[in-house]
Amino acid sequence: MELDPAATFRQEAADLLDSLETVLLDLGQTPADRDLIDAAFRALHTIKGSGAMFGFDRVAAFTHDFETAFDLIRKGKIDANHDIVTVSLSARDYIRALIEAPDATDPIIGEAIVEELQRLIGRGDAKGAAGAAAPPAAAAGASLASGQGGWRITLAFEEQILRNGANPLALLDDLRELGPCTVLPDLARLPALADLDPESCLIGWTVTLAADCPREAIEDVFMFVRDEMRLAIAPLAEGVPDVRPGFTLDMAEAAAEPAAPRPEALSAETASHPLPGKAAPAPAGAELNRRAEDKGSTVRVQAERLDELMDRVGELVIAQARLSQLAHSGTDLAIKAIAEEIERLASGLRDSTMGVRMVPMGSLFGRFRRLVHDLSRDLGKPVDFVTVGEDTEMDKTMIERLADPLVHLIRNAIDHGIESREARASTSKSATGRIELSARYVGAQVLVTVQDDGAGLDTARIRAKAEEQGLVQPGATLSEQEIHQFLFHPGFSTARTISALSGRGVGMDVVKRTIEAMRGAIDLTTIPGHGSSVTLRLPLTLAIIDGLLIRVGEGRYIIPLSAVEECIELTAADEARSRGRSFLSVRGELVPFLRLRELFDAQGAADPHQKVIVTAIGGTRIGLVVDQIIGSHQTVIKSLSKLHADVTMFSGATILGDGTAALILDVAQLVSLGQGRADDRTPEAA
Amino acid sequence: MNQLETSQRVPAGAPPAPARLQVLMVGIGNEIFAIETELVREIIDPVPVTRVAGARDYLPALINVRGNVVPLADLSRRFGMAGAAQTSDTRIVVVEVEVDDDPVTLGIVADRVFEVTEISAADSQQMPRLGSHWKPEFIRFITKWNDEFVIVPELHKILE
Repeated sequence: MELDPAATFRQEAADLLDSLETVLLDLGQTPADRDLIDAAFRALHTIKGSGAMFGFDRVAAFTHDFETAFDLIRKGKIDANHDIVTVSLSARDYIRALIEAPDATDPIIGEAIVEELQRLIGRGDAKGAAGAAAPPAAAAGASLASGQGGWRITLAFEEQILRNGANPLALLDDLRELGPCTVLPDLARLPALADLDPESCLIGWTVTLAADCPREAIEDVFMFVRDEMRLAIAPLAEGVPDVRPGFTLDMAEAAAEPAAPRPEALSAETASHPLPGKAAPAPAGAELNRRAEDKGSTVRVQAERLDELMDRVGELVIAQARLSQLAHSGTDLAIKAIAEEIERLASGLRDSTMGVRMVPMGSLFGRFRRLVHDLSRDLGKPVDFVTVGEDTEMDKTMIERLADPLVHLIRNAIDHGIESREARASTSKSATGRIELSARYVGAQVLVTVQDDGAGLDTARIRAKAEEQGLVQPGATLSEQEIHQFLFHPGFSTARTISALSGRGVGMDVVKRTIEAMRGAIDLTTIPGHGSSVTLRLPLTLAIIDGLLIRVGEGRYIIPLSAVEECIELTAADEARSRGRSFLSVRGELVPFLRLRELFDAQGAADPHQKVIVTAIGGTRIGLVVDQIIGSHQTVIKSLSKLHADVTMFSGATILGDGTAALILDVAQLVSLGQGRADDRTPEAA
Repeated sequence: MNQLETSQRVPAGAPPAPARLQVLMVGIGNEIFAIETELVREIIDPVPVTRVAGARDYLPALINVRGNVVPLADLSRRFGMAGAAQTSDTRIVVVEVEVDDDPVTLGIVADRVFEVTEISAADSQQMPRLGSHWKPEFIRFITKWNDEFVIVPELHKILE
């Protein structure tokens, strides 16, 4: 397979831009965080470097200006502030546009961004000058150790560094830019010519740098190869490598003129930066570091290959089920033993394959921080966005499909949920709203919750609107939960005004459809005056589920086990009582039930002992009457053909141990069908 | 010359049929259908079918074809014929057709499979009057083979 280097760059740049966005948003909250500033600078530096390498010259040129600005911030010449972060975010978007659609991107936008950036930097400079040009606190310690009269630098690289694409000569050139250098090679490790591998770097260098530059400047040259080399930097005067800058503090302080006013500058620095929400964003920086460390041990694999692997494993699980069935119907113990061994291996392989497809939710959550940032600015509602459970893992395809529904929910939460600043002021709430996006495991499901601390749902208004739209008879008795379900009705909106963001009644029905297509469900809870939360219950994966194999007439079907609450026998008494109205009393609660035999028009004699499988979706329960419960079944889900798109009662199919196909019941559909019937019959029964 | 006449006879709107077509002759009900070999993936012996409740009558079931669950089509329903009982001649012809630009695999129940042969669109006939209850859009054209009328179906229309 041919690897397109430009495509690789695009992919890498996309990742870098994503992390850059995260860093910038964090920086907006803690402008003095040096780790964040460094991370932003590194990301920019890499984008510029590899952009130039792969011929993305406009990217490189634009990023250069942007990088320069961050270099100034990094060196403490100017301070990061909210304005710089905002313009940096648009610069980041512009870089992305330059990479993705260079022809469609107007350079005027870029020029405007650079102009704005330079204006801000200019202002920052002036402020810096007023602050006695002292480098800020964090930079102070490291830059103390400036060499008196020069440095002796000893370099040795790891052998494979050339193969990794680094060029030591270019690094030496960079060193030369710092000042006049004497470079002496160390050839001790060179083998005889015959044994020489031209791709191994066996030469070391000793550089005498006659310049009064800070130690940092030298370290920066080797920033990207630091892990693959030995670097010793010693002041010329000392002649021995000094290890920690702290040890030379006394000497350096004597030499460095502006050392005295530093403590004052430090306190001024901290005071001029109130740190809003300092506690929350800190982990994000740590997270980024962690991710950077993880990078060495990850492999990028095309998604299609993973899908193919999953398909193969699916086939294997099916074949294994057939083998087990065959082995258990025979008497050969040796075959049984092998079948069990293969069953164990197949299930292990299935789990690890599914594990490979799992990605942490953090990658998805990160995208919404920008959304919240922009929305809160546009709507003038300050919002704290908190994410919990970023390391909850989910199938990659599921995560991608979750993005749009979550955008809707978060928009709704900010636009409708969080009250305006004035309205919040009149309550005891803080002026800043809070939106929490969380993910956690519950059994074989993942719950993703969007929670706001806004006004909550106005149940009366939803009901009035539903009556107005003819969705419900005025005066009908409805539970609060049932009323809230109207929100998911197509075209339903209670917003009094239509804003650019919401109020058109498009959205929640789409959210519901998407989630149901993922075999998930939506729970909605609200406390008037305290906010509402929407919980999406999702299966861990789309590929394989635990199912309950049942028989109805001559046909066998699968019910997703996650929807099953309990199995009970349909007693003759129940049967007799249920004439005319299909309700069943389960521990005092009335549960409507559906006879699958009737529904599926089943052939073959009915089992005298009918069973009821009580299923629940989103808090609504329904009983399904079946002939026989066969047992649990590892179900590899095969989607139904497009030709069967009109089939509503089934969500997919699978292949059973004997090689026949079996349909998977769409419990959500059956529940609404059962509810519909129950509603029809209630008046008769009453 | 011959080709020109042919293209004139093809109904407007349909893509012009190539002059010669390699087809699989199958018997469904009391008609013979010519299915382009280009569409045919394989011909298999009858397998256990899984009935799909609530599906349209001409797509009544699912089958397992090499680990894939594919729908089984009963074309006789679309041509107003009674479906024949399964015999030792019954086969399933697995075809792949484009439906709304997506390739869709399905099985077609054939009461009998005759042979692979070539037909010429130049021999195509006007639709005989006796089959007037057939929907014209289901039929690409009708031709003659061994002195019998043969239907070249427009599969994607039939399946819609």
